[in-house]
Amino acid sequence: MTSAAQTDSVHPGKTFDVERIREQFPILASKPGGRPLVYLDNAATTQKPHAVLDTLSRYYASQNANIHRGVYQLSQDATQAYEDARAAIATFLHAAEPAEIIFTRNATEGINLVAQTFGRQQVGEGDEVVISTMEHHSNIVPWQMLCEEKRARLRVVPITDTGELMLDEFVALLGPRTKLVSLVHMSNSLGTVNPVRQLVELAHARDIPVLIDGSQAAYHMPVDVQAIGCDFYVVTGHKLYGPTGIGALYGQRRWLDAMPPYQGGGDMISSVTFERTTYNEVPHKFEAGTPHIAGAIGLGAAVNFISGVGFDAIASHERGLLEYGTLALSGVSGLRLIGTARDKASILSFVLEGVHAHDVGTIVDTEGVAIRTGHHCTQPVMDRYDVPATSRASLAMYNTTGEIDQLVAALRKVREVFG
Amino acid sequence: MSDLRELYQEVILDHNRSPRNFGPLEDADLRADGHNPLCGDRLSIAVKVSDGVVTDVRFEGSGCAISKASASLMTEGIKGKTLDETEVLFDRFHRLVTDRTVSTVDPELGKLAVFAGVRDYPARVKCAILAWHTLRAAMTESQEKVSTE
Repeated sequence: MTSAAQTDSVHPGKTFDVERIREQFPILASKPGGRPLVYLDNAATTQKPHAVLDTLSRYYASQNANIHRGVYQLSQDATQAYEDARAAIATFLHAAEPAEIIFTRNATEGINLVAQTFGRQQVGEGDEVVISTMEHHSNIVPWQMLCEEKRARLRVVPITDTGELMLDEFVALLGPRTKLVSLVHMSNSLGTVNPVRQLVELAHARDIPVLIDGSQAAYHMPVDVQAIGCDFYVVTGHKLYGPTGIGALYGQRRWLDAMPPYQGGGDMISSVTFERTTYNEVPHKFEAGTPHIAGAIGLGAAVNFISGVGFDAIASHERGLLEYGTLALSGVSGLRLIGTARDKASILSFVLEGVHAHDVGTIVDTEGVAIRTGHHCTQPVMDRYDVPATSRASLAMYNTTGEIDQLVAALRKVREVFG
Repeated sequence: MSDLRELYQEVILDHNRSPRNFGPLEDADLRADGHNPLCGDRLSIAVKVSDGVVTDVRFEGSGCAISKASASLMTEGIKGKTLDETEVLFDRFHRLVTDRTVSTVDPELGKLAVFAGVRDYPARVKCAILAWHTLRAAMTESQEKVSTE
């Protein structure tokens, strides 16, 4: 299928044109190793559009100054751009106000921030924190560390063979000692999209706050933190077509106001003497030191870019790709998909009978196709399916059915080599 | 495809399909477990030593073709060698899979030379070397024990 045909068949009557989208990502026109890049590792990180690259370049070329400090114009402009980016992310996630958005390095830091402030405040000896089998290590280890420190207990919601959360088990785990639930919105190794609104309702019915890890979800589907009702939501910039080293934590204002600071330093204080320091208001209370100003502004440009394309178009295109890819991969002999939840998005995780994922990755790479192989920072998921590793193709707005065809052709090469 | 065949040589594919010296080894003198967390490769190596000579060696575990074949060919390569000779072979093998400046293959490596292609795939060096590191761990641990007893 050509990309032109794809535009017609996947989006009848829609204006989404994947070639127009691709033109906005310069790396997709580059030819590493002398051939076009077939980039199918978007769950690890997404490529960056001109809108983001130009913003970064413009910031350093003509706006660079430290923020919240100088009285001179340039510093005020930089501060304005930084705060505009916060507002853009608040709009993107449908937060009630920009102050509910804290800039972090990534989603991992967002989770650690909550664990080290809210967690240390709320979780005590004998208390419980609930996560699930399908969590990324970044939503396991911070809670393990907290539980170890507080002599609390980490409880894990199991998943079904298709990769769905067991809701009955989830409800059964919620008890009087449960102080927090922390669950992924969309699994990075299975593609499962969890019913977050329902999960939050179930937890809130027992007065248990909920953190949702939106690292994967936020670039595939619209996120409305108020509609979901969650207490915290974390995203990472580099998976939102934005820069690395920047992410955001959404927190309900009432929690943020009550939480102690995360790190001490400049910008997070309102006054300092050697006897006593008073802390700044949210969100600045949680942003000690000079932040990644360029990254934040770049992330603002990234979410505006996504909104400009529109989630209706993105989701419809990616759904078409996922259906096409699911069908195409099922035609490869000995291939088994890992993660077949009813509600899933953009991720095709699989094992090839008799071939280790790393051999698949190397051979596919020689055919110019970039996929991820390994445990995807979800070792408990690998254990759950009793596989050492999987190969994973993860799709984004700029991918095409032609690229999936190239993946399938590359997988046939694997079969040729391994017989 | 020609590049790929440099990496996945017939000998490697054969040892991946039917690894030699695969399975448990009773009464081993030295043992160690190796883990490559990035790939999920896991190997256990068990060695019998008599008068400083490797009299038997077997391995167990799971991994990619490169790591499995490397373990298999290593067990063949070190049987009958002294621990010192094994250590020398480790260094030669290490150079083979990492040193991209050397164009000729060390004749002392024998069959192990099939791994020469690995040096062009930096991400796979760890796979090829895992069995050897595990072996070294087994030998070092034991030698430490010996020296303290």
